[in-house]
Amino acid sequence: MGLFTELKDSISRVTDRLFSEQEPKRIGIYGPPNAGKTTLANRIARDWTGDAIGAESHIPHETRRARRKEDVQIERNGKSVTIDIVDTPGVTTKVDYEEFTDEMEHDDAIRRSREATEGVAEAMHWLREDVDGVIYVLDSAEDPITQVNTMLIGIIESRDLPVLIFANKIDLDDSSVKRIEDAFPQHKTIPLSAKEGDNMDEVYDNIAEYFG
Amino acid sequence: MPKATNADDSDGSDGVQIDLISGERMENMATMEKIRMILDGVHDGNIVILEEGLSPDEESRLIEVTMSEISPDEFNGIEIETYPKSKANDSSLLGRIMGNDESTAKLTVIGPANQIETLHKDETLISALVSRD
Ligand SMILES: Nc1nc2c(ncn2[C@@H]2O[C@H](COP(=O)(O)OP(=O)(O)OP(=O)(O)O)[C@@H](O)[C@H]2O)c(=O)[nH]1
Ligand SMILES: [Mg+2]
Repeated sequence: MGLFTELKDSISRVTDRLFSEQEPKRIGIYGPPNAGKTTLANRIARDWTGDAIGAESHIPHETRRARRKEDVQIERNGKSVTIDIVDTPGVTTKVDYEEFTDEMEHDDAIRRSREATEGVAEAMHWLREDVDGVIYVLDSAEDPITQVNTMLIGIIESRDLPVLIFANKIDLDDSSVKRIEDAFPQHKTIPLSAKEGDNMDEVYDNIAEYFG
Repeated sequence: MPKATNADDSDGSDGVQIDLISGERMENMATMEKIRMILDGVHDGNIVILEEGLSPDEESRLIEVTMSEISPDEFNGIEIETYPKSKANDSSLLGRIMGNDESTAKLTVIGPANQIETLHKDETLISALVSRD
């Protein structure tokens, strides 16, 4: 983007802010490691702002710091909603560095596990203090009934945060959206493939409706 | 009921110590006291069973404190299992406003991640394999 358009853009964003009643809502993208949170965050950011948020990887705990993308403006049915997206580290109750030693050197595995534990703690902190709504991302090819998912959904509910459940990776053969709907019938589940970009219209409709 | 200070007794023996903690005992404890009691037990290699479980906020802090104590080759974190709350409606807003005594009463089993493995779990049964190390 050229300097001029960038300037114009940020001025119009400032004026949008001044005339809108509130700050953009901060939407935290939560879920277990490797569910596709960053892939989703990158897709949303790329679709609406042009740039990405962070690195994606098949190795769990790729995201070890919460990362925020501000002022993501989503246009839906002639209306526009502005949100801040927070991509968070995958939450777990255990981290064993030996899980990474096949993929990297011993010292790097130890460093990754240490950063991962800090990242999980940080994600929990954001959830208690700093988010206004949650997109909970699950890998629909995996069993959704895990203790971490049950606990996190419970924590989100206890804070009365609006939440959408995203059943990701529907492009995989083992994917079952129904298994997720059955596990969390109290919440709306939206199927998608963040990687392939499948069903993103429904994703954006729901984001605009729930968090706008 | 065994106290955490009894944990030394089990050192050197082959057994796995199980601490069953009543709701009554937890009732007047502060969040951090509960978390300390749980993690001290788990660090000693014990299986801690809470009659009434933790509130969502306490669970969130338990995860956070557990993370800060993970250390390579020493402590990998925890395995935790609870019975699902009696389905659907008890997490209603009204239920929570009325006080969450009822909704947090869920049997909770916590152990060291490297020693406890959940074999099977359904709505009425948790089956776990505990190894000595
Ligand atoms: N098949 C398929 N793979 C996906 C999809 N979304 C993400 N992935 C893959 O899943 C892996 C994990 O993706 P990430 O976006 O890094 O996952 P994450 O939830 O951010 O993981 P952590 O940051 O480690 O918690 C990567 O290899 C992605 O390419 C999807 O819709 N379909
Ligand atoms: Mg990530």
